[in-house]
Amino acid sequence: MDYILNFNAVWRDFDLLISGLLLGLRLAFISILLGSVIGLFVAFALVSRNKLLRSISSIYVTVIRNIPILIIILFIYFALPSVGLLLDKVTSFIFALTIYSAAYIAEVFRGGLLSLNKGLFEAGLATGMTAIQTNRIILVPLMLRSVLPALSNNFISLFKDTSLAAVIAVPELTYYTRKINTESFRVIESWMITSLLYVGTCFVIAFTLRQLEKRYAVPK
Amino acid sequence: MNVLTNHAFFDQLIQNQSAIIKGLYLTAYISLTAIIIGTIIGIFVGLFLTYGYRINKFIFRIYVDFIRGTPVLVLVLSAFYVLSVAGVNLTAIQAGILALTVFASSHVAEMTRGALNNISKGQTEAANALGLTFSKTFIYILMPQALRQILPTWINASVETLKASTLVSVIGVGELILTTQQVVSRNFMSLEFYLFAGFLFFILGYSIERIGKYTEQKVSIK
Repeated sequence: MDYILNFNAVWRDFDLLISGLLLGLRLAFISILLGSVIGLFVAFALVSRNKLLRSISSIYVTVIRNIPILIIILFIYFALPSVGLLLDKVTSFIFALTIYSAAYIAEVFRGGLLSLNKGLFEAGLATGMTAIQTNRIILVPLMLRSVLPALSNNFISLFKDTSLAAVIAVPELTYYTRKINTESFRVIESWMITSLLYVGTCFVIAFTLRQLEKRYAVPK
Repeated sequence: MNVLTNHAFFDQLIQNQSAIIKGLYLTAYISLTAIIIGTIIGIFVGLFLTYGYRINKFIFRIYVDFIRGTPVLVLVLSAFYVLSVAGVNLTAIQAGILALTVFASSHVAEMTRGALNNISKGQTEAANALGLTFSKTFIYILMPQALRQILPTWINASVETLKASTLVSVIGVGELILTTQQVVSRNFMSLEFYLFAGFLFFILGYSIERIGKYTEQKVSIK
């Protein structure tokens, strides 16, 4: 094998790679934020006493969790224009990742809500709070603190899913790597640097969330 | 354009049925191979992670963390491009299977490690006291307990692998997604055919989930 490693082509376009990485982080952040808000509502629907709400939300979660995100992305980007909803590629990707992440996050939140002691809710009502106040002030903060470990796993895998934006030509890290790869043929170098960037970012995210977990864990 | 009242969709579906069935077959073949080989490798890696010498532990730790930190799309593309430069000539299908196998194995390894660590130490000590060798302890005592424990997560990982198999369409493997894209580019019925592909994936994923739940009940200790 006479392949000599030469990182010049990668370093020359390193700022592109970093801008791609930052775009990916931004996409993940926005989608996860929106997904968490939707996921919270879906989670309450999943544990609600209303049968209709329960079945609609559980169909949503089951269907989305069993469909590859690539299909959701392609569907929103290529199929929705035929019913008159024309979104640009970044918006379509955020839309896709939001509905995808909402299903996963809802499942985590549901587990958290079920694990809370029933007495908490009753105690809230007994002190004169309304049901919504009890949920907002007591249950949701406690639930969020207890599901942080499961949540951070989901966040990391959702961040990795931003690489799929390259399929609809959103200029993020994987997109630029393919570009550098085809323009310079420095195949090994470009993919090596990209994997390292992804792994490093995942470690940073994991570390940050671990610190949050330590700070906010519910004391046993 | 309503899916149900649109007869053109069914005409197109019948016209393209052989292509779609072929795509579905390739999707099933790729994901099944990756899941099976990935599980076997993953269990061994998990064993090394738990019982290996420090140097083995360290090497496999890096392997698992590195793979788990890299998006599957990057794994697929690197398996396809990097290996051909390194002198290993794989077809697109083989590269795709390799990437998915590596992906599945890292997840199975992590689960196996977690499950083995969860089994109380008294089990191994009791087996030692009975005079069982390590391999016997592992096969008769630890493995049955660990397998029961990893079953739910393993089912999840299998569905994830099935879903990740769509990504090999990017390197030109004609599985279900690429076939759908080709069909759509001929008849422009993007809405109907993407929905149909999603439906097929849902059926596959959901049946894996159901079978998993059923097996879980069958093997659980009451």
